[in-house]
Amino acid sequence: MNYDDYQTEGFYDEMFIADGPSAKPRPGARMLVERIESLLNGDLARRQQAAEIALYNMGITFSVYGSEDAEEKIFPFDIIPRIVELKEWQPIEQGLAQRINALNLFLDDIYHDQKIIGDGVVPRDIIESCPAFRRECIGIDPPLGIWCHITGTDLVRDGEGRFFVLEDNLRCPSGVSYVIENRQILKRTFPHVFLASNVRPVDDYCIHLLNALQQLAPHTESPNVVLLTPGPFNSAYYEHAFLAQQMGIELVEGSDLFTQDDCVYMRTTKGPLRVDVIYRRIDDDFIDPLAFRRDSVLGVPGLMSAFRNGRVALANAPGTGVADDKAIYAYVPDIIRYYLGEDPILPNVKTYLCRRDSEREYVLQNLHELVVKPVSESGGYGILVGPHSTKAEREACAERIRANPRNYIAQPTLSLSRAPIIVGDHFEGRHVDLRPFILHGPDPYILPGGLTRVALKKGSLVVNSSQGGGSKDTWVLETEPDKNVSFVDEPVLPPVEHD
Amino acid sequence: MLSRAANAIYWMNRYLERADNVARFINVNLHLMLDLSVETASQWMPLVVTTGGEKYFREHYGDNAATQENVLQFLIYDKNNPNSIASCVRSARENARSVRQSISSEMWETVNKMHLSFRQASADQTHQDAPYDFLEEIKNSGHLFIGLTESTMSNNEAWHWARLGRLLERADQTSRIVDVKYYFVLPTIEYVGMPYDNLHWAALLKSATAFEMYRKRYRRIAPKSVAEFLLLDREFPRSIHYCLVHAEHSLHAITGSPLGTFQNPVEQRLGRLRSDFDFARIEEIIDFGLHEYLDNFQSRLIQVGETIYDDFFAVEPPSQSPTQSQSQSLLPATGEAASQGVSPP
Repeated sequence: MNYDDYQTEGFYDEMFIADGPSAKPRPGARMLVERIESLLNGDLARRQQAAEIALYNMGITFSVYGSEDAEEKIFPFDIIPRIVELKEWQPIEQGLAQRINALNLFLDDIYHDQKIIGDGVVPRDIIESCPAFRRECIGIDPPLGIWCHITGTDLVRDGEGRFFVLEDNLRCPSGVSYVIENRQILKRTFPHVFLASNVRPVDDYCIHLLNALQQLAPHTESPNVVLLTPGPFNSAYYEHAFLAQQMGIELVEGSDLFTQDDCVYMRTTKGPLRVDVIYRRIDDDFIDPLAFRRDSVLGVPGLMSAFRNGRVALANAPGTGVADDKAIYAYVPDIIRYYLGEDPILPNVKTYLCRRDSEREYVLQNLHELVVKPVSESGGYGILVGPHSTKAEREACAERIRANPRNYIAQPTLSLSRAPIIVGDHFEGRHVDLRPFILHGPDPYILPGGLTRVALKKGSLVVNSSQGGGSKDTWVLETEPDKNVSFVDEPVLPPVEHD
Repeated sequence: MLSRAANAIYWMNRYLERADNVARFINVNLHLMLDLSVETASQWMPLVVTTGGEKYFREHYGDNAATQENVLQFLIYDKNNPNSIASCVRSARENARSVRQSISSEMWETVNKMHLSFRQASADQTHQDAPYDFLEEIKNSGHLFIGLTESTMSNNEAWHWARLGRLLERADQTSRIVDVKYYFVLPTIEYVGMPYDNLHWAALLKSATAFEMYRKRYRRIAPKSVAEFLLLDREFPRSIHYCLVHAEHSLHAITGSPLGTFQNPVEQRLGRLRSDFDFARIEEIIDFGLHEYLDNFQSRLIQVGETIYDDFFAVEPPSQSPTQSQSQSLLPATGEAASQGVSPP
């Protein structure tokens, strides 16, 4: 397979620069492209197949609901990595650190003095009407003043290749396990190119994560940290088990925990054992039936009270969802300036708030070229992509906006960057985004690269896995690419090399 | 460790051991049938009885339906039979999934691959005529899993739960196969000279992978010696006595109390049961009635299992209302199998 017929079609391509009628590889991707083109016919397809079998056997699958014996599928994975050069990555890293720092200060402020509201930067009603704003959290002092310990921020690139923040995920962002597993597979798939490319490692994420979690229980020498999962039927269960295993901590379900005198315990074969830190992967609504949804059977009764009284640390803290509300998103640049006195390093995508009369009118008149999103949904649900929509869909959307303007924002349809994927016996460009993971705390850490999600459907702009998206490994190069190394004359490797 | 995790590891190993035993029973019987060639139909019913599914089988397949085809379907593929290989592999994998963090990735992948290849095999009917390779694969995966448990897992509490589950299940399976074979092969213990007698005894030993080791120990095949070997041998890893001794070691490693003492009902019950085997003689057992002896053994083993659940898995804080856990729902399947134990002749 080669890239001779590959077309960038006017989009910003992650791997190629358009060069007249043909395309030439970007400096960081040159070695990889040469390597791929030097493979024998069918070899690349074999490598792709071997990668899929490995994922299947590792059980990185989700079931298609409907019947008891539903087939299990792997999350689609494309073995051609997406390459990010160091000079592109550095501003992203700085921008993310700045943004999360500001959002954490924002959370601490709105659950305490609400100075940002008093100073007129963010309107009170937009916060109080946000479903993810938790009155139960007002006045709580989480350990070390940290609310959002783990964040997954979605970045996109426009037609010129500039990075923008598309949305912040400060609740229970998932996907980091795919980053680590994808990397394991890619190392086996392209070992020589990988080595020569000097790629920043991602394998130590779990070390940093455990360290960040342990720091939340300063009162004890060896804190008992657990990961709280909704259970094996949750679609992200694979990731929960993976992270618990990598950190060497217990994976617990709500029924494994109970509270007594505001302390949290887990049921063990030797009786109750105190729990100090909970990395919870259950949404706020379900973590404590006494505080939030009463019908929740996933949570732990009394957990909020234990948290409020400082007897247990929760990561992320409840109530962080208010900071990734899509209506609040429009204010994040102002939030950064307000708390840090700095200009944002990573820009937002231009956002129209339908709650504002003038912006709503603009949105309603330009639906055909905007992307409309409900503010409190995630996972790509309820999105209208104007240019790809039918007239009936736009009318229904306009109806919904008029009925509940606060619930909608709109953004220009970005011409998202693309990267080549393997389609049958050739390559085609597909739109991608990037979700880096950020650990916020005394030793902040940003996972180099992150999850590259790719819209597998031709022309589609929606990359969410629930909407038919797949993933790619993301290589952040540690050094400038070396022009003298070439793999063209290397002997052909077996389909998968085991280390 | 977490009670739910201990419970899941214990059951994961019981289910895998059960799948392995069922595969072995079938394999041996398939070979035996080829040698016997007459009155074959009656020789499949003992397998149904051994695995404790007689009632269900009669209800769903009919009274005289113990043909090779039906019994293979029932024991391998029938998802409604809680002790079919299909059900055991699925339950083992569900349990493994819920304790991914407590077992090694290699162990998980083995169980997962077993499940995946089983699904493929059930979809693809080619196996159904001559499932030898397929049964071999189930057995080998089971052995691989045990090997991985030995080589990739610390000998920590989770490992002891795994071993406890495996050995209690194995003791139970061995007692069932001896009981059933005795009942079918030999109406009275003194009866000798039945045609193909040696073949039957050899098959019984092979079902427990005991044939070669038995020959080294006794050489001549005699019913009494076979029973002695499978019940009381101190060295053979599938004999009931061996299983009890090592299960007890693991139990005491979990609780920390010295062997020969007890601090809870499980230790008392298992210890007493093991000490009966320590001092038993096969002549006494046969005088007492082998079937009665094994029946009594099985009830006591079931009690041990129930007590394990009460003492370790059902940990409730004093002021807490009981909550339902996922793994508790796995119990009835086995409880049912246990209570459907071999009925007296």
